[in-house]
Amino acid sequence: MALLEIRNVTKRFGSLEAVKEVSIAIEAGEFFTLLGPSGCGKTTILRMIAGFDAPDEGELFLDGRPLSGIPPEKRPVHTVFQSYALFPHLTVAGNIAFPLEMAGKSRDEIRRRVNETLALVHLEDKGGAYPDELSGGQKQRVALARGLVNRPRLLLLDEPLGALDAKLRERMQVELIALQREVGVTFVFVTHAQQEALALSHRIAVMKEGRVEQLDVPEVLYSSPRNRFVANFIGTINLIDVEVREASRQGLRLAAAGLGEIAAPPQAGATAGARGTLALRPEHIRLSPPSEKPELKNHFAGTIREYLYLGDVTVYKVALDNEVLLEALATNGAPGRARFHEIGDRVNVAWRHDAGAYLAS
Amino acid sequence: MRAPTSPARAPERLTRWLVTLPPTLFLVVFFLVPAVIMAAASFRQPGEFGGLAPLAQGGLGLEAYRFVFEDVIYAWILAKSFAVAGLTTALCLLLAYPLALLIARSPRRRRNLLVLLVILPFASNLLIRVYAWIIILGPLNLLYSPVAVIAGMVYVHLPFMILPLYTNLEKHDPALLEAAQDLGAGTWTRFRRVTLPLSLPGILSGSALVFIPVLGMFAIPELLGGTGDLLIGNLIKEQFLDNRDWPLGATLSLLLTVAVLAVAAITAGFARRRKEAP
Repeated sequence: MALLEIRNVTKRFGSLEAVKEVSIAIEAGEFFTLLGPSGCGKTTILRMIAGFDAPDEGELFLDGRPLSGIPPEKRPVHTVFQSYALFPHLTVAGNIAFPLEMAGKSRDEIRRRVNETLALVHLEDKGGAYPDELSGGQKQRVALARGLVNRPRLLLLDEPLGALDAKLRERMQVELIALQREVGVTFVFVTHAQQEALALSHRIAVMKEGRVEQLDVPEVLYSSPRNRFVANFIGTINLIDVEVREASRQGLRLAAAGLGEIAAPPQAGATAGARGTLALRPEHIRLSPPSEKPELKNHFAGTIREYLYLGDVTVYKVALDNEVLLEALATNGAPGRARFHEIGDRVNVAWRHDAGAYLAS
Repeated sequence: MRAPTSPARAPERLTRWLVTLPPTLFLVVFFLVPAVIMAAASFRQPGEFGGLAPLAQGGLGLEAYRFVFEDVIYAWILAKSFAVAGLTTALCLLLAYPLALLIARSPRRRRNLLVLLVILPFASNLLIRVYAWIIILGPLNLLYSPVAVIAGMVYVHLPFMILPLYTNLEKHDPALLEAAQDLGAGTWTRFRRVTLPLSLPGILSGSALVFIPVLGMFAIPELLGGTGDLLIGNLIKEQFLDNRDWPLGATLSLLLTVAVLAVAAITAGFARRRKEAP
């Protein structure tokens, strides 16, 4: 049985349907992420799990028991708020002790568990400090500690890393994964940052306008997006309009105007004659000088239009001879040789026959 | 760059002086100088027909102080004034807190209207409003009693409690209450553990704004109180206007000032300790 089951939940605010017939089952111990642009309904789902909003239709079950009618203070669910919402009049230790005091724990137990949790988030020496004396990263840790100290069944995290700068964000991501593994509490994480979702989650639900577009493990979402929205939202992707020539269990033969034939991995539901899109990741495209004989099945001639040197990688914009513009990513593996192609160079553009995904829409 | 004497900062310092000079001058002329005159007057002799006796004739002395400290009635009246001020402050707090909370939690657009209603009574004269209480309390047989004095005091000073409380409560981050609820706090616990402690600065400033003026107030006890409800404010007024004993009046008002400063210092110390508490 799933730890949390969201069954056919719809939530309206006036005439706006914020969440539309969403069903999600979250397993115990999972790091589950709701990913989507702002206004997609992810925070509304979080607030319904916490109990601050009630679904208009459908029901939420925790451990198989319906949650409706149970106020937030009675749910074994804690939240790490986007603004942290630390109590400014309480010290770090006082903030972390708060949920334990609410649960009526003994003085000794509170002291012991506050100290344990302070150690867990590496803030042993900050127990006596007030929130306004802490840095952003430290506040973040206190908010996490406060949410975890009483071991809720679920910890909800509402864009908790949004306010941190890039370096700190990356470090907190690593810490968050380690922390979740260590305490074993189920995390439900809300973010609009796709990289963060890929890095942290066991499973991701990609949301758009109140609906779940695709729910899967990060690598499947990334390699086999179900539609253009998911493909575009997660990472960078090239979209090529194609027509299916032949579909079999071995693979697809696609035709693109002015390019010729493209071999693609098999896709359920793709039938000969259908029109759709081939989604291709930039890192799957290989560029080589025209003098080298291409070894891959899919290879076309193109011209370098632009490039963006990013240090570790260089992103090329290359125009195929039918004027389709593709983005290709090349790792800069050799020292002292950052770029391999200049603007205007003719190149071979190639990718494997099992790269990319055919999208019906 | 942060050296205050750097030439770049000189115009800024000049501006600062120009801005602070007028209020400083005003306070020196109309507050500090009178206070010194008052202090000096407390050591002189009353004039035959009021005012002060010429310095050459009366000289300086501690007669007024001796008079005050020898008669226990003055200490009693001061204590009674403190009790009235304390009770008024407590009642104002009890009445103002729920109202301030209500205003602070009402929709943003309605708040200004509600605040306007709170300060609306200031539009009419204080004495007229107190006279209105005579009309209300007369038929109830409560006029000229301590109840009438307290009712009048609370009525007049209530806005001074509501406004600082509202200003404080309105700034509270609603996310804190959600966080408290999320972590297991019920309605009453959320108030006791979050709203109340965060509003202490508002409670303290509101209390000071009520307590101190009430301590010196003479109009309300004079109009609503009986002959037995003499407070320190009335006593001082009497010395200057009726008894024509200026030195005694000066002494009493100096003692009142000292008492108020002591209360303010204790309050400030209390506020600071709370902030520093581990």
